[in-house]
Amino acid sequence: MTKNLRVKTSKFIDETYKISFKFNGTTYYGYKGDTLASALLASGLHLVGRSFKYHRPRGIMTAGSEEPNAIVQLHKNTSRTEPNVRATEIEIYEGLEASSQNCWPSVNFDIGGINNFLSPILPAGFYYKTFMWPASFWEKYEYFIRKSAGLGKSPTEPDPDIYEHKYIHCDVLIIGAGISGIIAAKTAAKNGYKTLLVDEKPYLGGSTIYQNSDHFKINNQISSSWLEKEINEIKKIENLKIKTRTSVAAYHGYNFLLARENLTDHLPLGQRKDKTRQRLLKIRAKKVISATGSLERPLIFNNNDRPGILLSSAVEKYANFYGVACGEKNVLFTNNDSAYETAISLYQKGINIEAVIDNREEIDSKLIKEIEKNNIKVYKGYTVVDTSGYKRINKISIMQLSKDGQKVTGSKISINCDCLGISGGWTPAVHLFTQSGGKLKFRDEDQVFIPNIYPSDQISIGSCNGDFTLNEILSNVPKNLKEFLNIKKTDYENLEVNSSFNKSKRNIWLLPSDKIIGKTKPFVDYQNDATAKDIKLALREGFRSIEHVKRYTTTGMGTDQGKLGNMHALGIISETAGSKMGELGTTTFRPPYTPLTFGTIVGRNVGEYFDIFRKTPIHECHLKNKAEFENVGQWKRAWYYPQNGESMHDAVQRESKAARDSAGILDASTLGKIDIQGTDASEFLNRVYTNAWSKLAIGKCRYGLMLNEDGMVYDDGVTTRLGENHYIMTTTTGGAATVLGKLEDYLQTEWPELDVYLTSVTDHYATVSVCGPNSKKIVSQVIPDLDFSDENFPHMSFKNTKIGKIKCRVMRISFTGEHSYEINVQANYGKSLWEKCMEAGKQFNITPYGTETMHLLRAEKGFIIVGQDTDATMTPIDLQMDWIVSKKKYDFIGKRSLYRSDTIREDRKQLVGLLTENPDEVLEEGAQIVADMNKLPIEMLGHVTSSYYSPNLKKSIALGVVRGGKNMMGQKLIIPMEDKQINVTVADPVFLDKENKRLNA
Amino acid sequence: MFVINCPYCGEREQSEFKAGGEAHIVRPKQPTELSDDQWAEYLFMRKNIKGVQFERWVHTHGCRKWFNVVRDTSNDLIKAVYKMGEKPPTK
Repeated sequence: MTKNLRVKTSKFIDETYKISFKFNGTTYYGYKGDTLASALLASGLHLVGRSFKYHRPRGIMTAGSEEPNAIVQLHKNTSRTEPNVRATEIEIYEGLEASSQNCWPSVNFDIGGINNFLSPILPAGFYYKTFMWPASFWEKYEYFIRKSAGLGKSPTEPDPDIYEHKYIHCDVLIIGAGISGIIAAKTAAKNGYKTLLVDEKPYLGGSTIYQNSDHFKINNQISSSWLEKEINEIKKIENLKIKTRTSVAAYHGYNFLLARENLTDHLPLGQRKDKTRQRLLKIRAKKVISATGSLERPLIFNNNDRPGILLSSAVEKYANFYGVACGEKNVLFTNNDSAYETAISLYQKGINIEAVIDNREEIDSKLIKEIEKNNIKVYKGYTVVDTSGYKRINKISIMQLSKDGQKVTGSKISINCDCLGISGGWTPAVHLFTQSGGKLKFRDEDQVFIPNIYPSDQISIGSCNGDFTLNEILSNVPKNLKEFLNIKKTDYENLEVNSSFNKSKRNIWLLPSDKIIGKTKPFVDYQNDATAKDIKLALREGFRSIEHVKRYTTTGMGTDQGKLGNMHALGIISETAGSKMGELGTTTFRPPYTPLTFGTIVGRNVGEYFDIFRKTPIHECHLKNKAEFENVGQWKRAWYYPQNGESMHDAVQRESKAARDSAGILDASTLGKIDIQGTDASEFLNRVYTNAWSKLAIGKCRYGLMLNEDGMVYDDGVTTRLGENHYIMTTTTGGAATVLGKLEDYLQTEWPELDVYLTSVTDHYATVSVCGPNSKKIVSQVIPDLDFSDENFPHMSFKNTKIGKIKCRVMRISFTGEHSYEINVQANYGKSLWEKCMEAGKQFNITPYGTETMHLLRAEKGFIIVGQDTDATMTPIDLQMDWIVSKKKYDFIGKRSLYRSDTIREDRKQLVGLLTENPDEVLEEGAQIVADMNKLPIEMLGHVTSSYYSPNLKKSIALGVVRGGKNMMGQKLIIPMEDKQINVTVADPVFLDKENKRLNA
Repeated sequence: MFVINCPYCGEREQSEFKAGGEAHIVRPKQPTELSDDQWAEYLFMRKNIKGVQFERWVHTHGCRKWFNVVRDTSNDLIKAVYKMGEKPPTK
């Protein structure tokens, strides 16, 4: 059935370069320059897909990014397959494989097509209304609904292509390279502005570049020839950058725009290797000129969706640009002069035109006269009332319109055709303008929304500003540019412009039919199958707001975002509801203007580059020890060190036992370290910690707890006094950055009078912690010059010393409850320090332990972990840490909040220890805690925050928060699990060595 | 994403900054003298205006300085920027 509808050589198509491709498994041919749509049309193929709801056959409708129907699945390869690609935008290449979507088993025979016959019982809101009841059945319905719907298939394997992001800064950005954009680019660049011109198409010149009729002339040249010279000129301008195949997706405030640049999608597969596929441009422009053009409106009449019905401008472009006839028996149907431009183009190319149907009655237009001169029948004051042809239009019926345009009269005339070009006038493409926050106004004379109030330094010119004719463009655009760019003169003064276009239009949003509306299918949104009938139904059911009607009928909610039919939806609502178009407003246009691939959005942030990660200076040693790592903030921390195929549990049990029995070693480099200096350093610490700091002696360490102003625990850590006015504070690993930020905030904004300087030194030091009964023996070998006796170096004290020539800071502090030392050295000596400790500890079976063992050991001692045992609702009192809250200090951050009516409640959740009845049963962290299983609803008292099996106590231990837990010591509670109940007893959270004997062992 | 004119560094992308809520809320000098209601007023109550709002920002990924911004929350336009301790612009 393949035939050749290539009519005449076009200079935009290279007929010496033949390309083969597959569509739905069949091989077709096209030429370099073709889109998938133009190549298929050249082979006589219109039917390319099925509609979403009724599965009606649908054909190519447009020649651009507004295409609602011809959306296809690209590639078969499961990693590169891409759904929802518009056939009108795909430039064909050797090896292209595409297939129809939303049809099964095939586009020619689609089982879902039965929905079309069921359509009387599938009105707007059908799914909402029908499947809401009974609610519990939704899961069952959903499976079938999802199976029969769906637009395309997503890839099942990772995307192998390369994407990237790029920042661009420019003085002037021009969006759209049609005639207005070209004029703007030349004017801006020639006046010294660093200019960027982008267009979504692969060529410059918009729709003017293929305009071939001498009805449109500039300075006595056909407009396309004139524009071609302009384009050749701007290509030579140095401070003008031009990017084609670049679609602006989003226009944000402050002239920040996102654009997608397509780099390889048009190349043969073999030429794409190692090249970036798409680039997300992040453009910051001082000034933005929108020259985005306009989109032709369809006409809304009964059965206006059959394959073979296209926009009139698309029929013209296929003929003029691609040299393709969309049909052999063409009819045009219009309410304005645009269709006659198409008719003239077709006539020039020798393409047969059966008739032109015009809504208007009396029109004086040179274009119409030209058509009538060539014996083409023009039906004036007529409308199409119906069409026929299931998979391709084959006939239309027309009738005369009544004076008010609401009814049809007279007798029906049938005209055979295989293509119907429709034109309902033009809609300015204001999507990007409104995305930027711009406000529109409605122009009554031709029923269009045009830009009114600009929110940033920008302007809209040309047809996106409502200047549709060549005359208007060439007189208004230079005027607008002069004002916007603040220049005196352009190259476009005193141009001689000839245009035969008559602006008159007969706008009827919903064209009447001889049938009642209930029996017709006038589609408004082609992709989502929303008809004028659905919109009227929504209004009858009480919907008034345009945003509500949109969601109820799904008008404008497809991947095309209703670029074609949204205006008609508004028109029909305003007519039916009797409101004014201007007052009704529009639905919100949201980014992206055309869909973006996930690859473009993500750019290079995939795989190991998904997020940055930080390694400690000792990382290599952990790798050598075969550590498993866990992410703590951005840090990779050694989690546990499995030996000989040990499970995590076994490794942690072994590490925990070794640390208490002999010696353990931990990389503590990730803890936040803040250097604090200044004459007011002690006063500052007094204000940020809950406990007192003034009396801390030089060379001593103290544990501190930091609250938020609301009294809730924020961070904790040990701070050491290095000198009279010099401290080093440690924070939790995850809290380092926010704690520094908080301290700076208070210093700069609340207490600027304090003489305090803060420096983050987390990355400057590597920290090795050695703990256990043999730790002292090990560190004294590593640092032989230091006196480690308890008298000289007691618990909670600090020494400045050296290992050979290397300076180091040693603190005797403990997070495990064991005798323990933390040695800090300059980061680049960290690895050698670790190795030295391992060497010295060999005879004591020194055992590297990770974060999991660290957590277990501290839980045995009942030490909290901020963020695990606390959330943002725990005060120090809730944690049973009253001892750390100074009663004497007049003020500190959060003090006042500790006796608010809410924080002094007795029944707040409080931290307690939990012991299971069966000592081998380990609780699940996060499990709920209850007291009474019989009283419904069961009252939740709290939850388990930390839980481990302790190898040292040989039993399960847990910490949890329980409402009023402080006064429940010894009480029995229940942990309800899916398949059982676990009995627990509330206990002291300190499970091991309450007397702290081990610290000095 | 907007551009903020840091009073110390000049114009930078918003992503370099962090917002710190409403400006000119002074921490009471003597919190312990306050009633629960007065303390709650300081702690919790914020205006959250649609329109011109005075707010705090910090140049986190730059000079790390806090400063004040006058921003119209309805369209994100920044009317003025001034340092901590300086008087807010009157018009």
